[in-house]
Amino acid sequence: MLKTVRCIASVMALLVLAGGVAVAADAQSETTEEATATEVTSAEPQVDSVAVATVAIEARTVPDLLRDLAQASLNETPAIVDALASSGGLSMLPLFQAMLAGELYYERETLRILRIAENEAGDDVASDVLTDADLGPVNARDYRKVRINNRVRGQLRDAIARINLTEGSADQRRAAATAMLDGIDDSTVAAFEQALKTETDAQVRDVIEVGIAMAVLKSAATESEQLVALEQLDGRLEAPVRNLLTSIAESSGDGRPTAVQRQAAAIVSGINARIEHYQFLEQLFFGLSLGSVLLLAAIGLAVTFGVMGVINMAHGEMLMLGAYTTYVIQQLMPQSINLSIWVAIPSAFIVAALFGMLIQRFVIRYLAGRPLETLLATFGISLILQQSVRTIFSPLNRRVISPDWMSGSWQINPVLSLTNNRLYILAFSLIVFFILLLILKRTSLGLNVRAVSQNRDMARAMGIRTDIVDAMTFGLGSGIAGIAGVALSQLTNVGPNLGQQYIIDSFMVVVFGGVGNLFGTLLAAFSLGVANKFLEPVTGAVLANTFILIFIILFIQKRPKGLFPQKGRAAE
Amino acid sequence: MSKFTEQMQAYRYNTGFALPPYNSPPIDVSHNIILYIEGLTVSFDGFRALNDLNLYINDGELRCLIGANGAGKTTLMDVITGKTRCDQGTVYFGQTINLLAHTEPEIAELGIGRKFQKPTVFEAQSVFANLELSLRTSKRVWHTLLASLSPVERDRIDDVLDIIGLAAQRDMLAGALSHGQKQWLEIGMLLVSEPRLLLIDEPVAGMTAQETERTAELLTSLAGDHTVVVVEHDMEFVRSIARTVTVLHQGTVLAEGTMDYVQNHPEVIEVYLGEAP
Amino acid sequence: MNAFGRMLAQLRNDGGSSAMFLGVLTAVTLLAGFANLVFPEGSIFHVSTFTITLLGKYFCYALLALAVDVIWGYCGILSLGHGAFFALGGYCMGMYLMRQIGDRGVYGNPELPDFMVFLNWDALPWYWHGFDMFWFAMLMALIVPGVLAYVFGWLAFRSRVTGVYLSIMTQALTYALMLAFFRNEMGFGGNNGLTDFKDILGFNLQADSTRVTLFAISALMLGLAFIASRFIMQSRLGRVVLAIRDAESRARFLGYRTHDYKVWLFVFSALLAAIAGALYVPQVGIINPGEFAPLNSIELVVWVAVGGRGTLYGAVCGAILVNYAKSKFTALIPEGWIFMLGALFVVVTIFLPKGIVGLLNKRRRKNGTGGGTPLASAEAGA
Repeated sequence: MLKTVRCIASVMALLVLAGGVAVAADAQSETTEEATATEVTSAEPQVDSVAVATVAIEARTVPDLLRDLAQASLNETPAIVDALASSGGLSMLPLFQAMLAGELYYERETLRILRIAENEAGDDVASDVLTDADLGPVNARDYRKVRINNRVRGQLRDAIARINLTEGSADQRRAAATAMLDGIDDSTVAAFEQALKTETDAQVRDVIEVGIAMAVLKSAATESEQLVALEQLDGRLEAPVRNLLTSIAESSGDGRPTAVQRQAAAIVSGINARIEHYQFLEQLFFGLSLGSVLLLAAIGLAVTFGVMGVINMAHGEMLMLGAYTTYVIQQLMPQSINLSIWVAIPSAFIVAALFGMLIQRFVIRYLAGRPLETLLATFGISLILQQSVRTIFSPLNRRVISPDWMSGSWQINPVLSLTNNRLYILAFSLIVFFILLLILKRTSLGLNVRAVSQNRDMARAMGIRTDIVDAMTFGLGSGIAGIAGVALSQLTNVGPNLGQQYIIDSFMVVVFGGVGNLFGTLLAAFSLGVANKFLEPVTGAVLANTFILIFIILFIQKRPKGLFPQKGRAAE
Repeated sequence: MSKFTEQMQAYRYNTGFALPPYNSPPIDVSHNIILYIEGLTVSFDGFRALNDLNLYINDGELRCLIGANGAGKTTLMDVITGKTRCDQGTVYFGQTINLLAHTEPEIAELGIGRKFQKPTVFEAQSVFANLELSLRTSKRVWHTLLASLSPVERDRIDDVLDIIGLAAQRDMLAGALSHGQKQWLEIGMLLVSEPRLLLIDEPVAGMTAQETERTAELLTSLAGDHTVVVVEHDMEFVRSIARTVTVLHQGTVLAEGTMDYVQNHPEVIEVYLGEAP
Repeated sequence: MNAFGRMLAQLRNDGGSSAMFLGVLTAVTLLAGFANLVFPEGSIFHVSTFTITLLGKYFCYALLALAVDVIWGYCGILSLGHGAFFALGGYCMGMYLMRQIGDRGVYGNPELPDFMVFLNWDALPWYWHGFDMFWFAMLMALIVPGVLAYVFGWLAFRSRVTGVYLSIMTQALTYALMLAFFRNEMGFGGNNGLTDFKDILGFNLQADSTRVTLFAISALMLGLAFIASRFIMQSRLGRVVLAIRDAESRARFLGYRTHDYKVWLFVFSALLAAIAGALYVPQVGIINPGEFAPLNSIELVVWVAVGGRGTLYGAVCGAILVNYAKSKFTALIPEGWIFMLGALFVVVTIFLPKGIVGLLNKRRRKNGTGGGTPLASAEAGA
C-alpha cells in the first residue's frame, strides 16, 4: 500500500517536472479533467512531431515498439500505444493492464520492459509482460518506470475495452462494452458498429445498442430518431445512461425537442425508482451478511450460554483462535491457499473445542451455579488468551488470503453486485446452523445435552456422565466459534482483538432471540444485522450501534425472555 | 395464644395505626368475602395450569387447599400474589381492589402475606433481622434508610420470637437454622407483618410431629382475626385444622366442603384412588 | 440530626475496624502531607510530590472500588460499566479545567479550547456553557452520571434484568459511550480527550500545595464516602439490600419495591464513582475516552474481588493493593501485567471468593474462639 502511494507520488513529481503540468492522480475527480485539458493544449504545438512518429512507428514490430515505449516522452507514448493496440491484439492485454496499474518498468541499459509487482509477502517480483513468465525477485529501484499520464490512462482503458470487445469472452465483451459507454465518441461508435456485425451474444448486443442509442442522442438527430433511441434506453441502469438522460431532461435552451425532454425525464424517474429498489436490495444483502456473521458468532454462544447456561466471556477469543488457526495453516501450506481453507475449518474446530474443554474442566466446572464469578473468571481467561496471541504473533493484524473462488463478485446488474465471500459466508452460516440443529435434535449427544441442561440431577441418576457431557457441550459451542473464526478471517484482518468486537453483539443476539432457542438466535441475528445496516446510513455506525443497544434494553422491558421465551413454571 | 392476640391489639392501639395503615385503600369486606377469584385461566405453553377456576374465601376463615401435584395450587398462589400473570379471569381483594392490577410489593402492602413451599429466609442475616425486615411499616427507600426500631417494635419481634420458639436463636444466622426452624421463621415473618390474608404453602413439610402440632395450633389461633389459606399434602394436618377444604384438580375446583364431605365425595375418591369400584 | 448521632454512635460501637480504618486514613494523609510541605527536598523525611499524587490516585481508585463494592458486594449487582460514571465525572471536571485555561492555550482563543479551534469550530457547543463556573461543573459531575445511572437503572431493574444480563448491559453501556466519546464531533476532544490543564480555582495545578490539597480532599472524600456507605449498610436499608441480594423475590413479597432500592443504590454508587473521577482528573492531568474502555471497568471489579467484596475496607485495600502491584509489575515486565490480571481473575474467583479479607477472617476465626455457632455480628461487620 505504502509503496503504491509512493509510486503515485513519484509519478506526479515527474509529470510536474517534465511538462510543467500539474496532474492529480485521481482520474475521477473533476479537477483532473481540467488538468488533462490543459495538458492537451500544451501538447498541441508538438502535434506535427507526433504525426511524424506515427508514420515511423507503423512499420515496426512489437519488440521494437516496446523498446520505443521505454524511451518515449509522454507526448510520444499515445502513438506507440495505438500502434501496439493495432498490431498486438489480445496479446497486448497484460501489457496494457500492467501499464495502467503503473507496474511497467524498463531496464536502463537494455531498455527491456518488464512488469514488477508486489507479491503477497510484500517483495517485488518481476515477470515478462507478454508471456507472464516469472523472472524472480528484483529491486524495483534498479529499474525505471514507464511513465504515463491521465491521457495515456484514458487511452489504455479505451484500448483494453476495445480488445476485450472484439476478442474477449462473452462476459469480458459485455464488461468492455459497458466500460465504453462512459465517454462515447465517434471512434467508439465505429467500434460498436463494427462489433455489432459479428456479435452473437444477446446481452452484449444489448449493451452495444444502448451505446449506439446514446450516440444518437448526443448527436443532432431528428426528434423521431431521438425518441426511438430513448426507447432503447428505457430501464437501463448503467450510470452513463442515467447521466446522459438526466442532462437531457434538465437541459434548457439547446434546441432539444420538448417531447424528447419529457420522455427522458419519465425514463429517468423510472430508472431512479429501479435503482432505489436495487439499493434497497443491496442494503438488505449487507444486513443479511452482517447477520450471518452475528449468527456465526452467536450460535456457539447459544449452545454454551443458551443451552448450558454457562456464561463464557472468552467466547470471542474462541473466534480469534479459529481465525489464527486459519492464518497458521495458510502459513504452513502457502502453495495451496485454495486447499488450506478446507483444512482450516476442521482444525479451527478442534483447536477452539480443545481450548473450550480445557476452560470448562479447569475453571468453569468449579464455578457451577455462580454465574457472576464465571463471568469474571472467563474474562480473565480471555485476557490471558489475547495477550498470549499478542506475544506469539505480535499485536499487529495479520492478513488471511481468501481462496480464488471466494474473491470477485456476482454482478446482477450495473447497480447491484454481491461479493462472493459474503455470499459464501451467508450460506456457510446457515449450513453450520442447521448442522448444529441436527446435532442437538437427532444425535445421542444432543439428547444428553438437553437432558443435562434441563435436569442435571435426574440426568445423572439416569446414568448420564454429566461431567463428560458438560465438557463435550462446551467443546461443541467453542468449536463452532472456532469455525466462525475461519469465516471471519475471510472478511477482515485477523488480530488479537478480533473476538472482543463480537462478544457483546453475540450476547445481545442470544438474549434478543430468547435464551435456549436456536431459531430465535437465527432470527435475532438476521434482524439485528439488517436493522443495523438500514440505520447506519441515517445515523452513522456508532449511533446505529447505540440505538440497537437501547432498542434491546427497551425490548427486554416488554419481553424479558426474548423473542421466543421458554414458558413454564420452571422458567424463572 | 390468646395472649398473642391481645398483645397484637394492644400494639396496634399503642403505635397509633390500626389496619390498614398508610395510603393503602381500606378493604371492603361488606359481603363477608375477602377474596374473589372468578374464571381464572393460566396456561404455560398450551398446558392449562388453571382452567376457569372459581374460588371465594370468606373473611376470617381458615381454608385448606388440597389436590394432587399439578392441580394448580401453587400457580393459584402465584397469581394472587402477582408473581404470575393470568390469561383470563378476575381476582378481587375485598369488593374493590383488583389484585391483577398490582405488583408483588403492592399486593404485600395491601396485606397479603405468603409463605413459600421451600422455606425462603434471608440466610445471611440474623433471625432478628429477618423479623425486623418483615415489620409492617413503610417499605419505602427513604423511610428504611432512617428507620430505627421503636421499643414497641422490638417487643413485638421478641413476642413473635417466643411464639415461634426461636428466642434462643435470636442472633443466629438464619442460614444456620434447621429446615423446620426455617419454616417457623418464615411463619414468624408473616406474623410480624400482620397481613390480612395469609397464603401458606406446605407449612409442615419437614417438621416433626410435635412441631406440626404447634403449627396447627398457631394457624387455628390466627384465623378469625386473619384469613388463612393453607396448601398442604399432609392429610392428618389438614384434618386437624380444616373447617372448609377445597379440592383442586387439573386447574379447577373439584369439590368444596368439610373434610368428611370431601373425603366421601365420589369424584374426589376417583381422582385420588383411581377408578371407583 | 438523629441520623448523624447514630452515625457517630455506630462508629464507636462496631468492633473498632471502621475506626481503625478511618484512623489509618487520617494518619497517612496528615503524615504524608506534612512530610511533603514541611521537610525540604533531600531530607529523609521528605515525601515527594510524585508520591503524594500517586497516593491521591490510589485514594480515587479506592473510592471507585467502594462504589463497586456497595452494589456488587452488598446488593449482588455486578456492574461492568462503572468506569463510565467515573469517566463522566472526570469529563465534567475536565471541562471546567479546560475552560480555566482561557487564552493560555496554543491558539490563544479565550473562549474555545484548543481542540475546537483546531476543528475550526467558531462557537462553544451549548453543553459547554456554564462549565467555566466551578460550582456548576461540580454539580454536573454529580448530575450527569447520576441521571444516567438513574435512567439505566430504572430501565434495567424495573424490567428485572438481573445477573449476567445486567453485567453485559452495563458493559455495553460503557462501550457505547467509549465509541461516542472517541468521535471528534461529540465535542469532547475525541481521541486525545481533555488535557494541558493549568489551574483549578486559581491555584496552579503543578504546585506542591495544590497537589497536597487535592490529595487531602481525596482522602477526605474517601473517608466521607466510607462513613456514608457504612451508615447505609448498617441501617435497615442495608438489611433490605442484603435481603435483595440473597432472596429478591422474598423481599418483594414482603412489600419492598426492590427495583426502587436497586435503582437508588445504583445511583449512590454511580455518584461515588463520579466523585472519584472528578478528583482523579486534576491529579493525573488528563481525561480521555480510554477511561470508558470495558477493560478498565472490569479491572476495578477485580480490585474489589481481591480485597474482599461485601466489606467496605476490603474493597479499599484491594484497590490500593492491586494498583500498587500493577505499578511495580509494569515497571518490571511491561507485557506481563495482562497475564497477571487474567490470572488474578481466575485465582480469586476460584480460590478466594471472599478475597483477602475473607481469608484473614477465616484464619482469625480458626485461631480465635474456634467453632461455635456462626453469629450474625461477626459477619455483618463493615
